[in-house]
Amino acid sequence: MSRAESAVHARLLRSELRLIFGRRRNWVGALVLSSVPILIAIAVRAAGSSSGDSFVFGQITDNGLFVALAALTVELPFFLPIAVSAISADAVAGEANIGTLRYLLVTPVDRARLLVVKMTAIAIFAAVAVLLVATVGAGTGLAIFGGGDVLTVSGTTLGFGEGLLRLLLVCAYVTLCLVALGAVGLFVSTLTEQPIAATIATLVVTLASQILDALSQLSAIHPYLLTHYWTDFGELLRDPLSLAPLGPGVLCAVAYIAVFGTAAWARFTTADVSA
Amino acid sequence: MESSSTLAISSSGLTKRFASGQVAVNGIDLAVPTGSVYGFLGPNGSGKTTTIRMLLGLLHPTSGEHTLLGQPMPSSSAVVLPRVGALVEGPAFHPYLSGRDNLLRLDAADRSVNGRTASTRITAALDRVGLGHAGSKRYRHYSLGMRQRLGIAAALLRPRELLVLDEPTNGLDPQGTREVRALLVEVAASGSTVVLSTHLLSEVEQVCTHVGVMHRGSLVAQEPLAALRNRRAPRFVVTTSDPAAASAVLTTAGLADVTTGPDSASALLGAAQPEALVVSLVEAAVPVRGVTVAAATLEETFVELTGEGFDVAG
Repeated sequence: MSRAESAVHARLLRSELRLIFGRRRNWVGALVLSSVPILIAIAVRAAGSSSGDSFVFGQITDNGLFVALAALTVELPFFLPIAVSAISADAVAGEANIGTLRYLLVTPVDRARLLVVKMTAIAIFAAVAVLLVATVGAGTGLAIFGGGDVLTVSGTTLGFGEGLLRLLLVCAYVTLCLVALGAVGLFVSTLTEQPIAATIATLVVTLASQILDALSQLSAIHPYLLTHYWTDFGELLRDPLSLAPLGPGVLCAVAYIAVFGTAAWARFTTADVSA
Repeated sequence: MESSSTLAISSSGLTKRFASGQVAVNGIDLAVPTGSVYGFLGPNGSGKTTTIRMLLGLLHPTSGEHTLLGQPMPSSSAVVLPRVGALVEGPAFHPYLSGRDNLLRLDAADRSVNGRTASTRITAALDRVGLGHAGSKRYRHYSLGMRQRLGIAAALLRPRELLVLDEPTNGLDPQGTREVRALLVEVAASGSTVVLSTHLLSEVEQVCTHVGVMHRGSLVAQEPLAALRNRRAPRFVVTTSDPAAASAVLTTAGLADVTTGPDSASALLGAAQPEALVVSLVEAAVPVRGVTVAAATLEETFVELTGEGFDVAG
């Protein structure tokens, strides 16, 4: 197998990323995502922390790094899912809607390969979105509140470098959760030619999952919900560090990616493209 | 039937029945000779675009099979489609990208070309369709004609053995239409096969060597243009100030269906020689102002084949 036949179509992936990151709509989205940590930092700076604050919010005045964690906590239920839903739902439906899909397919791009490129681009986008929130949060926080040792949930303190590493681990876990959502979005995207409808449908999946997760009567199905383990990233703030508590969350995300990735493949490789 | 090695496109029993139960294409046997300019003609809604979508692997046929450039489809699409340029149901590009960036995206999707030559090939393709000056403009600001040209440029991004163009002159002004037709003739002259789907008879008459006529999902005729034209018997028409005398001569010569107009007489030519008829007319002292042998127009033949006027949705 020659290099040109590798599984990921590198040139198309670069083109795909240019399409996503060059789009003005997505720059506006990035602005919204990065305004949240700035807002948090300014609010805490102006009003100080209060006794009702959660652990993460309570630490902000002591260490700016916590602005990043606070921003991720606040944006994980809604803002980040909006961004990932919009991008993933647009992946196939958007191209079908404007007709460019048929020209990609007759170029030809193998359908399975196109899905791999789309899914890879969605994953990269999710990572960039999470890192954007974390970076702006950490930057703003450190500028306003300064850095230093990081207090853990367990009550011990970690060096600044170790604290930064924990933040990166949190980013990685949150990204994985969002990639699972992206797989759902990609599947929905293969069902329709209307990107807005696909975006809303994907968002509804996220919100419905969170609502179901809030009903204790339904605890039997909670472990299977897309969003059930999302907030588990707090486990990464314990000392000593143990990755084991994240196991179910990682497994759940991987299962969603596998199931919906396969469903997207089954649907898209057999679908008639009449748009 | 010619062997498939000399056919750029061949199909047997190609059929598409949609989920709604509508049979859009009903068992057609296409035979597009290599090197021909094949006019794929039919009223709107007759199944031309559905056929093209099946040929290119966008739609899965309900039954039947086909080959492109001698290779079975869709199993060989990875090796065949790079050699095929296509314009399917109008151009489609990303509105917020420039024309050049849109071509760059399509080129990036093609694994069989070298990315380093992309810029040169894109510039050449843009120049070829007269968009050299507008390459950096966003697609959303393109006029309909410019969009059509960009679609053709995409089909010409690399040398192609087969071009499948669905309504390529749609939305072009007369000058643009001429330019695109000249381009098609040029592409055909270089040895490529061109399939031109159109509902414009004049377009077929000007550039095509072969014609396939679709009607309500069926291929009702498929032959060289000249053969299709000769389906309708030509008429011998004399323009004269003495139509009565002229019609007498035509009747004497044994021609059928002689009719007389205010300043002309005409009859079915049949096996008669037009030159001999002119001599007879002059010998009979008929004042001949002009003589034409009028073959049936393609439009008349078309109406005969489809039993309906043009542009009627099937």
